[in-house]
Amino acid sequence: MTSEKEHIILKADGLSIGYFGKKKIDVIAKEISFNFSEGTLISLVGANGIGKSTLLRTLSGMQKRIEGNVFIHNKQLETYHPIELATLLSVVLTEAPTSKNLSVLEFVSLGRQPHTNWMGNLSTTDREKVVWALTQTDTTALKQRSCFELSDGQMQRVAIARALAQDTSIILLDEPTTHLDLYHRANILKLLKRLTQETGKTVLFSTHEIDLAIQLSDQMILMTEKETLIDAPGQLIIKGHFNDLFPSDTIFFDSNTGRFGIKK
Amino acid sequence: METSRSYKGIFVLLIILLAVAFILNVSLGSVGIPLKDIFASLSGGEVSKSSWDYIIIDYRLPKAITAVLVGSGLAISGLLMQTLFRNPLAGPFVLGLSSGASLGVAILILGAGAFGGVIGGLLTSEWSLVIASALGSFIVLLAVLAVTLRIKDTMAILIIGLMFGSVTAAVVAVLSYFSDAEQLQQYVFWSFGSLGNQSWNGVLILSICTITGIAISFLVSKSLNALLLGENYAKSMGVRIKRTTLLLIITTSILAGGITAFAGPIAFIGLAVPHITRQWITTSNHRIFIPAVLLFGSIIMLICDVVAQLPFSEYTLPINAITSLMGAPVVIWLLVRKRKLLF
Repeated sequence: MTSEKEHIILKADGLSIGYFGKKKIDVIAKEISFNFSEGTLISLVGANGIGKSTLLRTLSGMQKRIEGNVFIHNKQLETYHPIELATLLSVVLTEAPTSKNLSVLEFVSLGRQPHTNWMGNLSTTDREKVVWALTQTDTTALKQRSCFELSDGQMQRVAIARALAQDTSIILLDEPTTHLDLYHRANILKLLKRLTQETGKTVLFSTHEIDLAIQLSDQMILMTEKETLIDAPGQLIIKGHFNDLFPSDTIFFDSNTGRFGIKK
Repeated sequence: METSRSYKGIFVLLIILLAVAFILNVSLGSVGIPLKDIFASLSGGEVSKSSWDYIIIDYRLPKAITAVLVGSGLAISGLLMQTLFRNPLAGPFVLGLSSGASLGVAILILGAGAFGGVIGGLLTSEWSLVIASALGSFIVLLAVLAVTLRIKDTMAILIIGLMFGSVTAAVVAVLSYFSDAEQLQQYVFWSFGSLGNQSWNGVLILSICTITGIAISFLVSKSLNALLLGENYAKSMGVRIKRTTLLLIITTSILAGGITAFAGPIAFIGLAVPHITRQWITTSNHRIFIPAVLLFGSIIMLICDVVAQLPFSEYTLPINAITSLMGAPVVIWLLVRKRKLLF
């Protein structure tokens, strides 16, 4: 999967995810193991309700894992202080910020919180990081606008800018392409691709854009009812795993074109 | 959190307005006192009539200071709740905090008859009033929070607030049935809300509550800013949600409870002032917004008190009525004009 020399940034070892119910533990997916090194773009695909968000929440430490371990920079996730973890891992959530009144600049600069002092004062370095994040996501022109004025595509870029400003080696994104048209979907995914290549960040995003994900990602996490598979997209196609993704009576996968089709 | 513009001009204006409102508040009342004597009295100089000196130093000055403390404290508690519950309609009155505080005070004042004698006397001291009132609002806030954890609907917490209002009214009705006329009168006057008749000792206790509450709000302003993005984002940036939430609830209880104990339940300041401030200060950064809300709260409360005094007449209106008369239309106007209250 990755060569021995490369630094492993994000690692899962026999991970089981799910919910702790009142009486029993509800396991959604189990035996998930992977090693991702820096500068890797990973897409997380699977049908609705298969547990993509749960996996992301577990990896970000927002939800308790059931079994196994998650390692970030070779250290167990739970052993990090919340603020230390926030300097290593940032998230882009599907939810818009609760306060719509925030300006884009305020929203993005909030990403610097784990780095600032108790008053939240921004240093010169912090300001530079914010400017850099705005430039990278091509949102500098929007910085005086209020978040509620933005289109879905703009909001998504701004949310990514916030995560970039947080300056972490790992960014997890929950369906960053929902509600976007084809152009903006491709645009966001290309941005993520460029970020992994240019900044060496490890980016893991869940998506329903499987054909776009196949074209751009270095690694894919494929969640099916039976198992969770992790491999390069090409390998997953050769092994025919995409056929297991959806019920075969409705959807089929064409391994020549790397696209899904509907059975007529 | 980076802010795009400086608000120095507005702050200078607000401080001047505060000074003007304060002097206006001290100089207007049922007895007409020339401005020259007001300044003389405030600066410790010679006053034409000694009774004027007494009126200013022992009545009007504590009242004006109380107005500043009550206005700023309630406004801040409203702001904290709006950020905590991520709901623009949150405020100490709407969420039933004032009702909870009233309930605590009602049980104390009206229940004192039942305990009788020495204990009764002890119970109605100024500190016990504060503690009963703060406890009342703390319990209500915990209940509201428990509901919000289960139901993610913003309407639910408003309904809870309404229910607590009803419960308070019911308990007060039951208690008043069993208590004697004197205690009932004491409670009814308290519930009208009043900034006057505070001893300097009372003002001291009130300022301890308010200053503690405001100081904590400043200290948590970084976490408050993170909460503007929602709980999950805040968590992802290292904010410890449970600790922050508990701290915010205690702070609001101290503020709303302490103030309600002294001034009675005062409506709309907590809800309306943050929204009025948002018309002027466009940043959501709490480090700028908290001082602005504080100033606006003080100014508005001083002005409301001037109106309640009905200058040059012998009558005084309940302050609670004035804040409602001024606050309710403001909230409605904001809703209609902006269609949606943003926060």
